Amino acid sequence: MERAGPPKGAKPREARRRFLLGSAAAVGGAALGRGQAAEAPAAAPGTHEVPPDATKTQGYPLADESYGTRSQFETEMRQRFKTATPQSSWTMTPLDKGMGIITPSGLHFERSHGGTAVIDPGRHELFVHGLVKQPRKYSMRDLKRFPSVSRIHFIECSGNGLTEWYKPTMKTVQMTHGLTSTSEWTGVPLATILKECGVAGNAKWLLAEGGDAAVMTRSIPIDKAMKDCLLAYGQNGEAIRPEQGYPLRLVVPGFEGNMNIKWLRRIEVSDTPFMTREETSKYTDLMPSGKAVQFSFVMEAKSVITYPSGEMQLDGPGFYEITGLAWSGRGAVRKVEVSTDGGRSWKAAALQNPVLPISHTRFRFPWKWDGKEAILQSRCTDETGYVQPTLGQLIALRGLDGPLGSIYHLNAIQSWLVAADGKVANVHHY
Amino acid sequence: MSITTKLCVALASVAASGAWAQSGYGFGSTPSKEELARFVSPLPDGRGLPPGSGTVEQGKAIYEQQCVACHGAQLQGGAGDKLIGGRGTLVNNDPKKPPVKTVESYWPYATTLFDYTYRAMPLNAPGSLTYDQVYAVSAYILSQAKIVPPDAVINQDNLAKVAMPNRDGFIPDHRPEKFPPPSATPHQDLKLGQTPP
Repeated sequence: MERAGPPKGAKPREARRRFLLGSAAAVGGAALGRGQAAEAPAAAPGTHEVPPDATKTQGYPLADESYGTRSQFETEMRQRFKTATPQSSWTMTPLDKGMGIITPSGLHFERSHGGTAVIDPGRHELFVHGLVKQPRKYSMRDLKRFPSVSRIHFIECSGNGLTEWYKPTMKTVQMTHGLTSTSEWTGVPLATILKECGVAGNAKWLLAEGGDAAVMTRSIPIDKAMKDCLLAYGQNGEAIRPEQGYPLRLVVPGFEGNMNIKWLRRIEVSDTPFMTREETSKYTDLMPSGKAVQFSFVMEAKSVITYPSGEMQLDGPGFYEITGLAWSGRGAVRKVEVSTDGGRSWKAAALQNPVLPISHTRFRFPWKWDGKEAILQSRCTDETGYVQPTLGQLIALRGLDGPLGSIYHLNAIQSWLVAADGKVANVHHY
Repeated sequence: MSITTKLCVALASVAASGAWAQSGYGFGSTPSKEELARFVSPLPDGRGLPPGSGTVEQGKAIYEQQCVACHGAQLQGGAGDKLIGGRGTLVNNDPKKPPVKTVESYWPYATTLFDYTYRAMPLNAPGSLTYDQVYAVSAYILSQAKIVPPDAVINQDNLAKVAMPNRDGFIPDHRPEKFPPPSATPHQDLKLGQTPP
């Protein structure tokens, strides 16, 4: 029985248009949950007619072969920051609608410097050379023969939040914090390959090079490479996504996102850093003194409340579960505290298991809103004892020096103002 | 315990001890010299620079063909980065007078200019310039930045010796930072009951 098909006599295209209109109206009416925008979303392919009662009719048939998609009622999208070109650009994860700690692969943030490369895995090769006893090249097939590991790690762009130094600029948590995502990554420890090739005694650094149009390069300390870097070909149980570097990406746990080189094609071992463009002219932190901090690798502890967050509308006084994410490039999150009075008092939030090192950690905090204005904040402490700073504390050390000054590594406490009418806004309060 | 199980346990312990990693899995193959020769990634001391050379004049012609659309006739930037100027702007703590970061004012090594131009420029045809062309366009940019003279010839041997103005402008990562207490830092407090900015 085929109830979802086009009505008899209708031309397929016309029938499909009717379905799209019908579902858009349905979504518009159903989407006023957690801070969703009210505009009608674009209907996805595979949209089905919605029966009045799903128990009174057969559902759509199971295909013999298929790759599933989310419900036609779900509309979360990455959102691109409107840079000058769509190739060197970034898109941001809708953290406001996220659940748990894993980011769906299709919503993992993107930052690319030369578009998304299209690479045939059957022809892709990884070269390892430089200060090694035995240079090697590996096909994807070769790499998959090595013993593999899977690890759950966040990757965060060091520019996450760079719009927020001077004044609250972006309106939603997607646009203030959405350059961080967590996936389960599967691949070969880089240490396995380096041992295989035999790293020379004077080796201190290696260059990781991408096979995209930017031929993106970063220098990575050999100690970090041997400790926990991963040549990842898997993401969340399947092949890594094209925009995450298919077929092969370097995962450098806890280090700034751009070092996690995508479309990885080459590793060159060296005794000094290569001083590439991205580690001299770009991802360096110019201080008011005129000196720039270089090789600022680690993403420090950070947290943000994702619900309630900017642009959401609360439904009046009563119970709300405040929830959000915390993470640290130095290890596991030890503690998250929440304040509902703008930082005057803090209480511990519950950490949702699993609490993993260098991974998003979900926190929850029950809150009874009295209907008066409130400022919500979260503050994270990691396993090293580092406490997430206020924006004022960051500015005290790094200055405020315009869009080409110290713009990276903003990990300050975020403030959301809940107005008396229930509207939530991005504010500065520190 | 069966023999098979014992064998599995033994193999597992060998793998866990790393003995296999040292003896080698042997996967993959040895790349040829030719395969490796196409990769260029010079070090700041000049090792790894490919053979070639170019003059400022040659570089100007290439720049005007390949670079000017994004970086501007005066190297002032546009869709692409501003390439020259900005000396003396880095020491600053005034958001209204932001630092101007260019090859001239900020880049610590001339080898980086060659490396990036060769690997990723021009935007519409990355990797299409020859070694000589990249030496030449590097010479042109460095001369417009008044770092090398207008009659300079830049090559494999002298590029790394070019003294970049901001060569000593970088310091190592000192984090985790030791923050002053919040009470001693800048504040921006909202008074509840007021409309936020």
